[in-house]
Amino acid sequence: MSEDILGTAAAWAAEGEQVALATVVETWGSSPRPAGSMLAVTASGRMAGSVSGGCIEGAVADVAKQTMQDGKPQLLDFGISDERAWEVGLACGGKLKVFVEKLG
Amino acid sequence: MTPEHLARLRKAQAALTPIALLTKLSDGTQFLFPEDVVPGALAEAAEKVLFDDKAANVTLDGEAWFLQPHNPPLRMIVVGAVHVAQTLAPMAAELGFAVTLVDPRRAFASEERFNGVTLSHEWPDEAMEALAPDTRTAVITLTHDPKLDDPALDVALKSKAFYIGALGSRRTHAKRAERLKELGHEDATIARIAAPIGLDIGAITAPEIALSILGQVVARRRGK
Repeated sequence: MSEDILGTAAAWAAEGEQVALATVVETWGSSPRPAGSMLAVTASGRMAGSVSGGCIEGAVADVAKQTMQDGKPQLLDFGISDERAWEVGLACGGKLKVFVEKLG
Repeated sequence: MTPEHLARLRKAQAALTPIALLTKLSDGTQFLFPEDVVPGALAEAAEKVLFDDKAANVTLDGEAWFLQPHNPPLRMIVVGAVHVAQTLAPMAAELGFAVTLVDPRRAFASEERFNGVTLSHEWPDEAMEALAPDTRTAVITLTHDPKLDDPALDVALKSKAFYIGALGSRRTHAKRAERLKELGHEDATIARIAAPIGLDIGAITAPEIALSILGQVVARRRGK
């Protein structure tokens, strides 16, 4: 991993931020980011890394906020048909699973 | 992820130690491998994930786990700043290896001959112990000189290096194997050494020999 997402997450936590981590755990088709790709988000809205080409980060960040509140990890399924995928930006028609957890 | 898990994970990364994060997807339970004691089947899968350097999903006792490797860069320790090493080092760097060249003979292991390569002028056993080869390390000896190659191979055979290769003919290697036996190594351990080194591609020139060695290293790394 060229980007040190975990380092960024640790630094944010050290600043007193609430942090959640999202990790791509499985992909089908030609998803833009492989399994293991990470996104760190804070309750204040900071973001580092990515779990897709930018199309599902918004949805993941929403769930991350929920997870930061209740502490419950979530396993999200993004199964998008080819036409719909084009609309939301997953031009590849990929499908993926993302695990969202709170840091803390 | 608990702050404690994150701190341990980052500590291992900073120490260039291979470590895998194991996450139970139903409730977020996490372990760090190999630091934590985990059930056999999970440990086996984690070992494979680190070796393949590729994340994986496994189901154990009906529970889905996500196994994520956090590996340091691949390393290659080359003993012997000889002609072959001069082409081997840059080619290995292209393949993603952080190369360290070990040779106490400063005339050979000079900046001029090995521009940009990390050099160690220590005696091979001392250099090798300091470098501590792990499962992401390939060790290659090129000197033909038992005084330099043997101490390096002695340390390499006690390590988990994924590849150990030694330049030299069958006859040279037979004698070398005898000496390593005297140092207390079993036949099965000595058999880890690729010798004569490299794939049989009829290599003659130094770059061709480097290519045959690197082909074998890649094959071993990919489990071929």
